[in-house]
Amino acid sequence: MNFNRIKEKLNILADAAKYDVSCSSSGSNRKNKNNGLGDTGNGICHTYTEDGRCVSLLKILLTNHCIFDCAYCVTRKSNDIQRAAFKIQEVVDLTINFYRRNYIEGLFLSSGIFKSADHTMERLIAVAKKLREEENFNGYIHLKSIPGASDELMYEAGLYADRLSVNIEIPTISGLKLLAPDKKHEDFIKPMKKVKDEIIRFKEERKIIKSTAKYAPAGQSTQMIVGATGESDKDIMYSATHFYKNYKMKRVYYSGYVPISTDIRLPSLGSEVPMLRENRLYQTDWLLRFYGFSVNEILDADNPNLDMDIDPKLMWALRNLNHFPVDINKADARMLARIPGIGMGSVHKIINGRKYRNLNWEHLKKMGIALNRAKYFIICNSSDWERRDLDAAKIKGMILQSQNGKFKKQFNSQLSLFN
Amino acid sequence: MNASKILVYDGSFNGFLTAVFIGFEQKLTHADIQKNNQLQSGLFAETETIFTNVEKAQRVWNGVRKKSNTAIKNIYFAFLSEQSNIEALLYHYIQKLMGSKYKGATDFSDDGILKINQIAHKVGREKHRMEAFIRFQLTKDDVYFANIEPDFDVLPLISKHFRNRYTDQQWIIYDVKQKYGIFYNLNTVEIISLDLTDIHANSLEKSSVFTDSEYEYQDLWNNYFKSTTIKSRINTKLHVQHVPKRYWKYLSEKKEAV
Repeated sequence: MNFNRIKEKLNILADAAKYDVSCSSSGSNRKNKNNGLGDTGNGICHTYTEDGRCVSLLKILLTNHCIFDCAYCVTRKSNDIQRAAFKIQEVVDLTINFYRRNYIEGLFLSSGIFKSADHTMERLIAVAKKLREEENFNGYIHLKSIPGASDELMYEAGLYADRLSVNIEIPTISGLKLLAPDKKHEDFIKPMKKVKDEIIRFKEERKIIKSTAKYAPAGQSTQMIVGATGESDKDIMYSATHFYKNYKMKRVYYSGYVPISTDIRLPSLGSEVPMLRENRLYQTDWLLRFYGFSVNEILDADNPNLDMDIDPKLMWALRNLNHFPVDINKADARMLARIPGIGMGSVHKIINGRKYRNLNWEHLKKMGIALNRAKYFIICNSSDWERRDLDAAKIKGMILQSQNGKFKKQFNSQLSLFN
Repeated sequence: MNASKILVYDGSFNGFLTAVFIGFEQKLTHADIQKNNQLQSGLFAETETIFTNVEKAQRVWNGVRKKSNTAIKNIYFAFLSEQSNIEALLYHYIQKLMGSKYKGATDFSDDGILKINQIAHKVGREKHRMEAFIRFQLTKDDVYFANIEPDFDVLPLISKHFRNRYTDQQWIIYDVKQKYGIFYNLNTVEIISLDLTDIHANSLEKSSVFTDSEYEYQDLWNNYFKSTTIKSRINTKLHVQHVPKRYWKYLSEKKEAV
């Protein structure tokens, strides 16, 4: 193995793959078999990059040669960058050797599209197949579904991969036309639909024949770029909801657009990555998936964008003060989960703890509830509660004053003298 | 009925469970259970030495397990934290658990129960960190070797994870703080102690113990780590929060930073 050449390729092809934010290695149930190598479980982040993102998979492109010219993409064909391509065996060797040293949970393989969609997809599958069949590798494999790949190939991919994903990238169809004129919306949807159908079919067959071969046990995911085409938060979250509902997505990822191009259709180089907005979108995503909110409660025609200075649950609560205050000792779990400052862990603790005695402020504080936010919305076993008739703006003001979050300086509207 | 007593045990988990058994048998409301090598006797308290009895320990273990699986995990994890006075806290926890009419020790409004939950959570986090941060290096004898220095004695907790994952390679994980390690010989995991002349932390110098290609792969991993960072999003605070500095000396990707 020529390490210097591999190193060069790895630098180019890892650099090109880093804009894919998905790193999860959880959700699969593949176990080590026949004394082979590896297994999957809850997922482990083996390290974190200096930008704070988890590294759990070896995330690389097979090649960054590409026949498409999507404006938002760093590997677009008109971009003047170094190109490289891995051989199949090289990717296999890297994966196995990194895995054996406990650096990674598995492989995340994507690729620029060379020759045709099918040709590219075939090569990706060849890597996964080799890992599974020749190396008896049972770790996690995440393959990219190449837009436009045929149904037969998508079926085969699911037999070796734990997760499959197509990045929708641009949340609106008009945005896609603007930035990626040679890609069609249907090309993204087709492999997604095939994978969804196969997963459903597998689950049905599994009920009858226990030994049916696994098909993409960790499901599929997708990713959207945020802040490249002037879309609203409502556009993004409604289309995310669409994918969760109609394609049974395990995850939708939101990726703040990192300026990489001087194209006039895009934010200019040097403009800030919308990290706070990305954070708020993820919070909303969590509210939808775990807290029992539906998307139209948070975003609608009158409120197309999330507040940047407060979290979306607090935003919702301030708009719906008629639901509050909630009695901690009586409310059901669904309502407890809707109180700002209370997470699902705290809901669990409250529900159990209040079986033994009525809870007071002291108990809540010890359980780790963010009382600086929650106290305006709850009553508990204490004669002390918020008696003033505060309106939403007042509560928001007081909460903001008591907070000392990492984004605080971004909201300071007063001009600073030395800057 | 005795209100309080000091029970001295040998430091083993079974020894502790035996002490709990004796405590319950004598209906002690407070049992000050102490390890025999760090005994602190009170002025008026009565002291009793406990001889580890696997049968009695087993009875406590089964009794707790019948109540709740989460509780059994919490007890074992919290025990491994080796915090001072953890035994008394655990005794209180088991008392509450057995006296409760509900399934588990879920009274989160009780300080002691909340505390044990938090300690068990800490130990669990350390276990998970070790599963993540262990970096094997391949020796010339074809054994994948790693040194660790965790905050708690988590080797008993991580052994199964590595056994299930690396079934076709020999490996050693050696805890330099607790001074023992586990070795998987392709069949079973055994406990070993080594006379380590030097601790194999990160160093820019190569050791003759490891294969040449070992350093090539470390180099590749370092390169990968660097090129997967997005420069315009650097967030050092978050990075250090996820990968605390005390682990850096065993992480090959942080070699240059140490």
